[in-house]
Formats: sequence, structure tokens, C-alpha cells
Amino acid sequence: MASHSYENLKKKFLHTIILLAVITVVEVFIALYGKGYIVEGVHWNHFWMGSLMVVMSLVKAYFIIFIFMHLKYEMPGMVRSILFPTLLLVWAIIAFLMEGKYWGHQRTTSGDDADNQEYVPTGENINRISPDTFIM
Amino acid sequence: MATDTTVHSVNPNDGTWKGGGEPFKASYGKLMMWYFLVSDAFTFAGFLIAYGALRLSMPSWPVPDFVFSSFPGLEGSHPLLFVTLMTFILLFSSFTMVRAVQEGHRENKKGVAFWLFLTVIGGAGFLGCQAWEWNKLIGEEHMTIHTNPFGTHVENGKYLEGNGHGINEGDLFHAGDTYLIHKHGDEYQQLKYQVSEGADAGKIKELEFGPKQFGALFFFITGFHGFHVFSGVMILLIVLANVLSNVYVERRNGYEMVEKVGLYWHFVDLVWVFVFLCFYLL
Repeated sequence: MASHSYENLKKKFLHTIILLAVITVVEVFIALYGKGYIVEGVHWNHFWMGSLMVVMSLVKAYFIIFIFMHLKYEMPGMVRSILFPTLLLVWAIIAFLMEGKYWGHQRTTSGDDADNQEYVPTGENINRISPDTFIM
Repeated sequence: MATDTTVHSVNPNDGTWKGGGEPFKASYGKLMMWYFLVSDAFTFAGFLIAYGALRLSMPSWPVPDFVFSSFPGLEGSHPLLFVTLMTFILLFSSFTMVRAVQEGHRENKKGVAFWLFLTVIGGAGFLGCQAWEWNKLIGEEHMTIHTNPFGTHVENGKYLEGNGHGINEGDLFHAGDTYLIHKHGDEYQQLKYQVSEGADAGKIKELEFGPKQFGALFFFITGFHGFHVFSGVMILLIVLANVLSNVYVERRNGYEMVEKVGLYWHFVDLVWVFVFLCFYLL
């Protein structure tokens, strides 16, 4: 590939690092601006602010993996064998964050919600299964 | 009978099913480094997902802009300034690493040594910053893995006493503000305050510790990442010594060892992108 010459690659790496630095600065700016540190009284929606920063971090990850780690120029089979397994994380993230929310719900409602009461053994059913049950 | 032609000798011209082909056109070492990194990515992802789940399960969480707001040598609050500097150091060391790999491909020993040396400096600088940050949190703010003095107000109110660290009697605060419980001697000073709005208006309460998971997760995850950086610096030093003593010149494979270490180093930078996102930005 023509773009693989020494000087071209050098330029490409320089552009990539500048881009990564700029994205980082913008991310920090958004985090501070959206919470009103730079101009007082500004309050951005946390969810959209967070999503924006997640997307920007993924863009950073793309440049690190594909340019710096050179994955863009490896064989397609190799790229797939590396990237596809990480798709499992999509489910892990959804499942565990939902689980975390549920724990939070349990923490705040247990006590005043009878349905969510923890099971407390009372000893009433202690003789229901006797050792004799298991003797044939 | 020639016993030296064992199963280990594979002729690249043999057919694919005899082990001769290289379907990925990558050496065994490079491929295995990639698969190691995939597994390491799952480890870190597991930690960060655990962080997310536990954070969502707590009614409040310390605001990072308050917790990480000091800068060595500067007075006052500089939210996120120091961690941004740390991020820049690590990003820059990733750039010097990629240059070292590039010089290796054209067998330029001096270039490799120069850029590798800069990468080592960058890695050591990052570790130094992290040491300062940890020292501040442990030594001055008394955060431990099971006590988290950073709490967040869930209601508006007024302080009934001061602590001599910026909080005075009569100061107002709002729900969502993060506070630090200072330690005097062996005692954490849990200041008294009066709630001004809501169901508990008028009640007098005292500051409570924040979610204890915060300290445990912070020290464990940034520590695990820092340990990766530390081992990376050690490996870079070994490779640098090998470069200087011409070990890779004789191999004539374009300093492939530098490339493999480079993959690991970029991965450490990659993980930091997400640690930075989860702990400091969100």
C-alpha cells in the first residue's frame, strides 16, 4: 500500500495522537461544562452526557486498536478472531447494569414493601422432611 | 535415523494441513500476545462492569469532580486536571511506542532505543502521578478499602458546625453535593447538620460515610491497571537492554519483540481510556 511508506506512517501516527488528545480534552470539557463547573448553572442531562462520553471513548479505542496496534492491516480472519469474542461483553454490560439497578431497588424498598421482604426462617417447617424420608 | 527432524520443524512450504500455512500472516508470538490481550480485556471488563453494577445499586455515589480535584503545588479545586495530565502522559507514551516499533521495522537500532527510552519515561511518569494520587487519598483524605469518607448529600440543609477545612457553621449545601469527612487524630469528624427541605425538614443529622465500595473498587481497579503499567515498564526496560546489546539485530525479523511489547503497551493505554471514563468522567 502506498500509504505504508515511512514518512506517511509517521504522519499518520502523529495525526492519530493529536486526535486522541483532542478527543480527551473535549471529553473532560463536556464532563465539567455539563455539570456547571465552567459556566455556573449549566446542567446537562446525565444520561445523554454519559452516552456521548462513552461513544467518544469507543472512538478513542478504535484509533488505539486499529492504528497504534495495527489491527487495521492484519488479515481479516485474525481481526475477526480478536474482535468477535468481545461482543459477549455487550450482553454482560446490559445484564449486570440491570442487575445493579435491581439491587439498588431492593436496597431502597426492603422494609416497607412486603413483597420484597427477605426470607426469614421461622423453624415451623423444620420437621417436614425427616431423615426417615430418605430410608427406602 | 535422524532424530533432529522432530515435530517442531515445519517447512513453510508444506500444505496448510501439515502446519505449513500461515493463515493469519502473523507469527505465533504476535498472535498469542493478541489472544492474551483479549483475555486480559475480559478481566478488566469484568472489573469495570462490577463497578458499574455496584455504583448503580447505591442511592448515591461520590462525585468524581470533587474527589479528584487537587493538583500538586496548586491551591484550591481543579477538578479532573491532574487525571487529564496522567491521561496525556500515557497517551504520549503510546505514541513514542508506536514510533519505536516503526523504527524497528527498518532495523534502525538507535531509533528504537531512543523511542523506547521515552516510552519508559512516560510509563514511569504515569506511575509517579498515580503514587501521588494514592498518597493523597490514603495519607491526607484517609480513604481505605473499607472506609469511604467521601459522601454525597441526598437533601438540602445547613451545617451546624465547621471543620476548619472549608466548611463553616451556617454553610448551606444542596442535594448532590459531595463532602469529605476529615479525620482529626483517630476520629473522623462527622459534622452535624440540619435538614432544610423535604420529609425530614428540621431534623438534625450527622454526615454519613459514603458507599464503602467506592474505595475498594477504586484502589483495586486503578491498582490492577497500575500494576500492568509497572510490569510494562519492567518489560520495556528488559527489551531496551536487549536492543542495546544487539540481541534483535541477529534475529533479522524487524525487531518483532519490540512490536509485541508495543501491543501490550497500547493495551494498557486502551484500558486507561475506559478506567478514565468510568472513574473520572461519568
